[in-house]
Amino acid sequence: MGKLFAITIVIIAVLSAIPVVMNYWGPPPDISTHGYAIDEQMHETMWEAGLSFLAAQFVLAFFVWSFAGKGKSDKLKDFPGGAKWLVIAALVFVGTEILALGAIGQKAWAAVYFAAPEKDALTIQSQAGQFAFYFRYPGPDGKFGTPHPDKIDEGNQNFFGLDPENDVDSRDDITAAELAVPVNRQVNLTMHSKDVGHSFYVRELRIQQDYVPGVDLAVHFTATVPGKYEIVCTQLCGLGHYNMKAYLSVLSQEDFDKWLKDHAAQ
Amino acid sequence: MRNKQFLVALLTFLVCTSMAFAGTVSGKVTYTGTPAKPKPIDMSKEPTCAKQHATPVTTETVVTGANNSLENVVVYISAGANDEGQVPPQAVSYEQKGCQYIPHVLPMHVNQELKISNADQTSHNIHPIPKINREWNKSQPPGTPPISEKYDKAEFIPVKCNIHPWMHGWFVVLNTSHYDLSKGDGEFKLPNLPPGKYTITAWQEDYGTQTADVTITGNETKEVNFSFKAKAY
Repeated sequence: MGKLFAITIVIIAVLSAIPVVMNYWGPPPDISTHGYAIDEQMHETMWEAGLSFLAAQFVLAFFVWSFAGKGKSDKLKDFPGGAKWLVIAALVFVGTEILALGAIGQKAWAAVYFAAPEKDALTIQSQAGQFAFYFRYPGPDGKFGTPHPDKIDEGNQNFFGLDPENDVDSRDDITAAELAVPVNRQVNLTMHSKDVGHSFYVRELRIQQDYVPGVDLAVHFTATVPGKYEIVCTQLCGLGHYNMKAYLSVLSQEDFDKWLKDHAAQ
Repeated sequence: MRNKQFLVALLTFLVCTSMAFAGTVSGKVTYTGTPAKPKPIDMSKEPTCAKQHATPVTTETVVTGANNSLENVVVYISAGANDEGQVPPQAVSYEQKGCQYIPHVLPMHVNQELKISNADQTSHNIHPIPKINREWNKSQPPGTPPISEKYDKAEFIPVKCNIHPWMHGWFVVLNTSHYDLSKGDGEFKLPNLPPGKYTITAWQEDYGTQTADVTITGNETKEVNFSFKAKAY
């Protein structure tokens, strides 16, 4: 019976490794300049965690096999040096592993979050609110109008609370429900939450970042493949969370200019 | 016996004359200046609604027509009406269709039944925001029966959808049934007014209110026009 259990452990471990090794559920193609680093990191993590998992399962199966069929009166051998050193060795091994992954991974992370955006990066403001995303472009003057929370008037499409009557900078601001970006140009996306916690997730862009109420964050990225991609909220934000999405349109510079012009005319 | 016949005759005479002497107030609502351009609404996150509109729907805060006419203005009797408490037995209907509120502005009498239905293939969550009436919000998945509600105090109540931020409308709860909503040509009509002095109020959600005093003496039609100053922003 014990030996059958050991064999079962090995079979389960091997079967669960197959989809990962064969890459059955891989991520969609990457469309960003930084995405390869995220993918490499995921790949390394998967290999290291996967090998440790398999090793642990095989060791478990070995002991189950070896001690199968022993009776209660059989004498058990102590592990050489006692359990203490075994536990210390495991802690050091796992700790080193996690620290190493973190140290290697910080490069990919910092490229998106900590490094300053390029000087000519296009700044776009994004605002998440129950249950839609809205995006704001500064318009021809290159300046964003100041938002006033008390002026938010969603029925009138004033999602950011602009005051065009008194604030000249806000008059040419472009507000859209779609995030249009030019291809191969860095975008600095600022993130503001109108109400509760939300999240900005575009799988193809390899970016997933929470909106935190009260804290304005920023991520920067460069999209390299024109197309239309889905932006979804991945932070449970209330009743309409299932329905909270928008689209990212990566456009050629020419199409992007036209898009801006069309939206400015509205 | 003779007295009774006389009374019936007198009553019939009175009813007929009071009906004959019912006056009407009619007119037109217009604006001066340049109103802000309606903004298109992007519904792409809700494809079942987006596909119902061949051209993008625009905001309805200010709806204008030809010759500076102003639509969706509630014109009602704010003083002098004698039908307070006479709640019409029929319900008023409010529909959520194509992720819009139809009609955008819905006038009703205090305590009149209000039926809210969802014609869309998506859930809505209607959330009127009153200040003096009781506040509620209700989810309405596709295919559910209409919601029945009523308001017991007169109030202008903004309505929003908790799921679709662009959806916006108004419940206008009045102490009278003498009201009308200005049409595409800006025209309104308040018929069946018994003789008396009245204050007529016109309410536009963004431009505010205007009033006019009218005296109806008999079977006549008085013309009252309202003109609002448009806001550029």
